[in-house]
Amino acid sequence: MTQTLLETTDLTVRFGGHVAVDRVTCSFRAGELTAIVGPNGAGKTTYFNLISGQIGATAGRVTLKGQDITRLSVSRRCRLGLGRAFQLTNLFPELSVFENVRLVMQTRMGRGLNLLSTAESHADVSHAALAVLERVRLDRLRDQKVSELSHGNQRKLEVAMLIALEPDVYMFDEPTAGMSVDEAPVVLDLITELKQDRSRTILLVEHKMDVIRTLADRIIVLHNGALVADGPPAEVMASDVVQEAYMGKEIEDV
Amino acid sequence: MVRFLLSGDAPRSRILAVLLALVLVGLAFAPFIFPGVRALHTAATICIFILLVASYDLLLGYTGIVSFAHTMFFGLGAYGVALASVHMGRGWDALAVGTLAGALAATVLAWLIGLFSLRVRAIFFAMITLAVASAVAVLVSQLYQLTGGEDGLTYQIPRELTPAFRFGELFGVRLNGRLLNYYLVFFTCLALFLLLLRIVNSPFGRVLQAIRENDFRAEAIGYRVVVYRTAATCMSAAIAALAGSLYAIWLRYVGPDTTLSFEIMIDVLLMVVIGGMGTMYGAVIGATIFVLAQNYLQNLMGLAAEATAGLPLIPDLVDPNRWLMWLGVLFVLSVYFFPTGIVGRLRAGR
Repeated sequence: MTQTLLETTDLTVRFGGHVAVDRVTCSFRAGELTAIVGPNGAGKTTYFNLISGQIGATAGRVTLKGQDITRLSVSRRCRLGLGRAFQLTNLFPELSVFENVRLVMQTRMGRGLNLLSTAESHADVSHAALAVLERVRLDRLRDQKVSELSHGNQRKLEVAMLIALEPDVYMFDEPTAGMSVDEAPVVLDLITELKQDRSRTILLVEHKMDVIRTLADRIIVLHNGALVADGPPAEVMASDVVQEAYMGKEIEDV
Repeated sequence: MVRFLLSGDAPRSRILAVLLALVLVGLAFAPFIFPGVRALHTAATICIFILLVASYDLLLGYTGIVSFAHTMFFGLGAYGVALASVHMGRGWDALAVGTLAGALAATVLAWLIGLFSLRVRAIFFAMITLAVASAVAVLVSQLYQLTGGEDGLTYQIPRELTPAFRFGELFGVRLNGRLLNYYLVFFTCLALFLLLLRIVNSPFGRVLQAIRENDFRAEAIGYRVVVYRTAATCMSAAIAALAGSLYAIWLRYVGPDTTLSFEIMIDVLLMVVIGGMGTMYGAVIGATIFVLAQNYLQNLMGLAAEATAGLPLIPDLVDPNRWLMWLGVLFVLSVYFFPTGIVGRLRAGR
């Protein structure tokens, strides 16, 4: 049996009277890519925020590798092996492409509190960061300021920063959103590559059905904050709930 | 060697490099190039303000934290030396104890302020620092038995640092304790400035810049933002306190007007902005220009008024009494034409 890396138990968040995520219980196993689908406003990104800690849960638990992380800070969760790329590009705009990735490498190698050596003297950090840039083919743009990058390249950098972190749990929030047809495959190939590592798990929020079909081992469907379907892609996509959710029709309470 | 001392952070502009070299040489040989009590006093003030402004830049320019308590930390260092000298009597031990106590008090106070306010929004920190700094300023002027109130304190420092201590002559300049005092100020400021330059170019300093750019993401990639912010605040406060101690040793006097007042806080802000935030070298340029203007603009205008004495209107405009107005005009113009500061402008125009 493969190892469960991440688990949410009855995870709930309420904003006033609105229940954005409603008692979601789900576990994510090593070596698995789970696509999270659902119509706009279904609570996919909120579910991500609860897992990575940007939002505190009203009720329920998040467990990472057997440890309850529900009350831990965002940075603590990250250091425990939870990595996330954001839907809206969320980078360090006035720093260079290289520096963005180098900062991630620096935290992973635990050098952040080093005060008296220059950052450049940590050559191993720089080498590792450059290797990641080469992997996503951004090495040519390494000295460019991030705010001057094209949207597609900013998305790529967003993915590069998650790859640099090498977490146990990868969380991608619409990684190809707004990318051109010839840019998206680069990112999708990277995710396919990450899948080869059977010791990690990947969570992917995605709208494009063809992407899900080629990448996902499993689909979970959120609707009005609740988990309404969970299973292999073919099965879930054929089910009535998904058909109706995606057509935007009303569905009965499940 | 130079690269090592500058922590790999080159001026990246030929004009800037020349300006920095001029300031360095000017300050290093000030007693010999610019003889006279007033010139030496100006040079020492420039050294101390470069350090003070650089420590503020660590906070404002690199970490993106607005603080109004920087002169309070400066004052803690100064009063530390003053109180120790008054109560322990003249001596090196008093200077050492006062300096350490001041720096320690500043660090602890910065840590407390950070503890209570850095977790929440940045504007809250600014307001807390404003409140604490006002409270301390009021306290210092009220506790006159201890602090001398508005009159401040005068005290004696070791004889080796005073003009009374003479030991010869060099290039026609009398070598005395005042000269030693100046070099104590100069070398301490230089060393601490280079330390700050190292800190901002260290892995830690890079995290501070990341926090300034996007604290949300810095937290999401695993940095404990509040720890870094608090650490930066404490370091900045400690170095400001050390600058204050040097100022107290140099002046042999402390009072609310020389160390604690909000006017100095505003001056420091202006120096950072004029020089260029987040550059460290901006502190050097900003403080030098500002202190020179404060000390010599009046003389310069006096000369101009005399030279134009026969003309209508102009002598009135450049009357030395109007120097503050012209200082203001200079600031408005510099901020208008160099929004990224002088250093930012010089680097961009490369």
